[in-house]
Amino acid sequence: MITTALLFFPLVVGLLLFLLKGETVKKVALGASIVEFLLGVVAFVNFNKGNGLPQYELNIPWIKSLGINFHIGMDGISLLLVGLTTFLLPLIILAANRNSYKNPTNLYALMLLMQFGLIGVFTAQDAFLFYIFWEVALIPIYFIALLWGGEQKVKITFKFFIYTLAGSLLMLVGLIYVYFQTPAPHSFSLTSLYELELTNGTQSWLFWLFFFAFAIKMPVFPFHSWLADTYTDAPTPGTMLLSGIMSKMGVYGAIRLLLPIVPQGIMEWGPLAITLAIIGVLYASLMAMYQKDYKRLIAYSSAAHVGLIAAGVFSLTHNGMVGGVIQMVAHGISAFGLFYVVDILVNRTGSRDLDKLGGIRVVAPNYATAFLIILLASIALPLTSGFVGEFLLMAGIYEYNSWLAFFGGLTTILGAVYMLKSYQKAVLGDKTEISDKFHDLVLQEKIILIPVILAIFILGVYPKPFIEIAEPAVKNLFSLMSITIK
Amino acid sequence: MKELVWLVPVLPLIGFLIISLGKNYFSKSIAGILASVAVLGAFVISLGIFFEMNGLHGKAFTLVLFDWISTGDFKVNIAFLVDPLSSIMLLIITGIGFLIHLYSMGYMHDDEGYAKFFSYLNLFVFFMLLLVLGDNYLLMFAGWEGVGLASYLLIGFWFKNHSYNDAAKKAFIVNRIGDLGFVLGIILIYITFGSINYATVFGEAVNLTSNMPVITAITLLLFVGAMGKSAQIPLYTWLPDAMAGPTPVSALIHAATMVTAGVYMIARSNILYTLAPETLGFVAIIGAATAVFAATIGIFQNDIKKVLAYSTVSQLGYMFLALGVGAFTGGVFHLMTHAFFKALLFLGAGSVIHAMGGEQDIRKMGGLKKYIPITYMTFLIGTIAISGIPPFSGFFSKDEILAHAFQVSPLLWGLGVLGSLMTTFYMFRLFFLTFFGTFRGTEEQHHHLHESPKTMTIPLIVLAVLAALGGFIGVPHVLGGNHWLEHFLAPVFKASEVFAHGHKLSHTTEYVLMAVTVILTIVFILFARNKFVSKNYVPSTDDSKLTFIPKLLTNKYYVDEFYNTIIVKPLNGLASFTYKILELKGINLLVDSVGKLVVFTSSVVRKVQSGNTGFYILAMVVSIVVILIINLFNK
Repeated sequence: MITTALLFFPLVVGLLLFLLKGETVKKVALGASIVEFLLGVVAFVNFNKGNGLPQYELNIPWIKSLGINFHIGMDGISLLLVGLTTFLLPLIILAANRNSYKNPTNLYALMLLMQFGLIGVFTAQDAFLFYIFWEVALIPIYFIALLWGGEQKVKITFKFFIYTLAGSLLMLVGLIYVYFQTPAPHSFSLTSLYELELTNGTQSWLFWLFFFAFAIKMPVFPFHSWLADTYTDAPTPGTMLLSGIMSKMGVYGAIRLLLPIVPQGIMEWGPLAITLAIIGVLYASLMAMYQKDYKRLIAYSSAAHVGLIAAGVFSLTHNGMVGGVIQMVAHGISAFGLFYVVDILVNRTGSRDLDKLGGIRVVAPNYATAFLIILLASIALPLTSGFVGEFLLMAGIYEYNSWLAFFGGLTTILGAVYMLKSYQKAVLGDKTEISDKFHDLVLQEKIILIPVILAIFILGVYPKPFIEIAEPAVKNLFSLMSITIK
Repeated sequence: MKELVWLVPVLPLIGFLIISLGKNYFSKSIAGILASVAVLGAFVISLGIFFEMNGLHGKAFTLVLFDWISTGDFKVNIAFLVDPLSSIMLLIITGIGFLIHLYSMGYMHDDEGYAKFFSYLNLFVFFMLLLVLGDNYLLMFAGWEGVGLASYLLIGFWFKNHSYNDAAKKAFIVNRIGDLGFVLGIILIYITFGSINYATVFGEAVNLTSNMPVITAITLLLFVGAMGKSAQIPLYTWLPDAMAGPTPVSALIHAATMVTAGVYMIARSNILYTLAPETLGFVAIIGAATAVFAATIGIFQNDIKKVLAYSTVSQLGYMFLALGVGAFTGGVFHLMTHAFFKALLFLGAGSVIHAMGGEQDIRKMGGLKKYIPITYMTFLIGTIAISGIPPFSGFFSKDEILAHAFQVSPLLWGLGVLGSLMTTFYMFRLFFLTFFGTFRGTEEQHHHLHESPKTMTIPLIVLAVLAALGGFIGVPHVLGGNHWLEHFLAPVFKASEVFAHGHKLSHTTEYVLMAVTVILTIVFILFARNKFVSKNYVPSTDDSKLTFIPKLLTNKYYVDEFYNTIIVKPLNGLASFTYKILELKGINLLVDSVGKLVVFTSSVVRKVQSGNTGFYILAMVVSIVVILIINLFNK
């Protein structure tokens, strides 16, 4: 029941928004996202932590002749990502308020539709439904980036759209293939796909069909080239949706489909996948070091973090998997936070160029402190949100291969290098003409940043409830995998 | 009392929160008082815990607060371990911490960031206490990185100045290099022992045999962390730069407490290190090398704080030498006496800088003895203590280290003595140039000279007493003492004792070694006196006239430049290459070419749909013929 409400509420409000105009749009959108967040809280509170199977299910026949059910529900992993989505959406909507976008109605409606698509992806228990939501989530973000993006928006969004669409079409082919392998009458339900016993040869090539889709979405090296342009050029709410939530879709898809359906394929290609992921971590960190555009720098830093999550998941260790799930939540929050503080910077100074910024802390101590806290969470300082997941990820990767852990771990050094360097350039230093344009945080900004900072410390100091939610689902995933591993 | 141990770190944490969140709502002097009271409270509780621990004969006590990170078989609590080692560390941190808070009330009095300064100091104390109180490696690591953050904030305290910011950044990044080693070491401990709790790990370690590769790997990885935090070769370069921070910070963080965290870590893990003699040998060599290397640089520095910074690097080297030769008590003993006299020397230097109106170059000082008598007297005590003249504290701890070094290898002893003599020389050089001779500063500075206020001189006096007498808790048997500290710490190092082999030195040998060092030390003091007092020698301010070796040393062996050339620049080059060539000219172009290929192919194929019926029929006929031929061959 609650899953249904979580899924459809943003859709209904999103569609209604198209009928409204002016300031009410913002208020309705914000109100709806807050109601949605409260629904998320209810789902958290009532969740049965001991159970690794989907809860709050809705399962009704949808396209009977094809064995497609409208089947949704949440296990712990779904719940955490749905929770992340409902937590971030009000903040993203509030953050969008500062900028006067033209046609705000459409923007806010698209954001809610995006939420609908994302929650659909995270709750679908039927592979066809999963695919539908996978594409549904792409459409609003495509329009957000296209209609409110920067100068290069047409070219960049086209590349982004084609790239991710190509990946998902491969996934569709894979899904149709496995569909026909299910006993007649065929079914798209995840449980029946999980029960399949595909031959090693089949799993070997099926792996690639799924992997491409998810690798592009995460993205994993070398399928990342759409990311920086898209993140940088998209309007800030779009960037926040992309990096905060959408980048988790790839990892989630791998956990939900790739691992349990083609476990043998993972055994075969996992080493390659994890190596690519680690290469990507270093590659993105190095690129981040070179950037002068603050938004672009964070985009690459985000890619580095997601790469480490992917590596942890592909390590197929308990710690790597739990760490990956926790880190998805933590990264969502810190990525949102970073893009937000940079948005404030851009908004007041009109520049994202690190060489032109500086002297902010003199005039805005609160801003500087909030920025620093989010930055520290991003570079995984212990007792902040970034540390718990990253440590477990490192442990998991180490259990898989110590050298990969070492190379992946280099990102903790490089991350400190580029984050502290950019912070120093943009925020520290004596007064400049930039300082005159800047003032300290205003109330609305505080309202956005305080929940982010609280979340950073709660996740860092007391991650127990979140780990407890994730753990049974992870265990269930491993048992699903061992069923078919021969 | 020991049940209240949670309050020890929590008090400064509360202090930090109140000051940082509320500093706009109360006057700044309240911030200083609040911060000091928080640390004083922690000190009082630590004192109670210490006496209780002393009464319990070292029986350890663990207070579990809550689950931190637990999943699968990985389980870590936020839990505090009270044992002799942590209780002594508590006293050092909160005791010296309080004195330095008190001192800072005077020193930072006119700074616009006064409240912020105290909030950071409290934050530092919180993390440092977390570091030594954690009952597992991950909590130690949390404190470890936390003090790194506090250090970053305080080095870059005057953030308007980018050279200070650079120093802060450098400190954080160099420490991060070490921390990667530390993290990997923790993970390897977890994989090896299935736990990272001290009790479990050490409990299982005693059953292991010596020289297992995995233990060697663990200890080496942890030591990489220690090299970073405790500024050992090759990761020491951040510490001299860290002097950019306000002087009380240098005293507390970059001399007395934080930089000794690596020593604490190895002393804590003594059983693991004892099981890995190869690592211990490595630790001893790095320690001895750092002790001598940094001392040589110290001789040619003219910035009062830089001299003390290299001295700190060098003294930390002694502590690692101690640990490396298996003298765990000696390492902790020197940690403590060093905390006394080096905090004293830094605060004394602060008082000098205060009097000189911010001047730090000793070539521009001179004759300060009569203007700032309390600073002069206490600084003299600190200088004697670090030089190792009996019965001042440094003598006992250094003697213990040197005696153990001699047991293991006379060469290590030789290096130790060499470093110690250089220490004596550069410290007395500093002392004489600062306080003796004639004043070499400007007229304005001369007019400004004054003794520091009481909040600053009282901590100096207390520390001077400690630096003078602190050694008596570890008087060796050979001098008729009972070495109280060794007995107190014995439960912590008991497990390692079993593995420690090696003959005790005879009393005669010990007397000879002691006599040799003390006599040579006095000779070096007289030498320095002759050069800097009798002959009034003052180093030239013109660096261009230096001959090869002094030039090399004044420039710190060009190590920073060397690292810049072999690490920083190549790394930046690699970053630029990755982005500009690999990404933009490589992957991006490749992906775009795929796109273009599709567009191109479709534009070609599109021409097939010409609308010409004749062409379609022709295509059909050709296709049918091709299919027929293929079928023919298939049969």
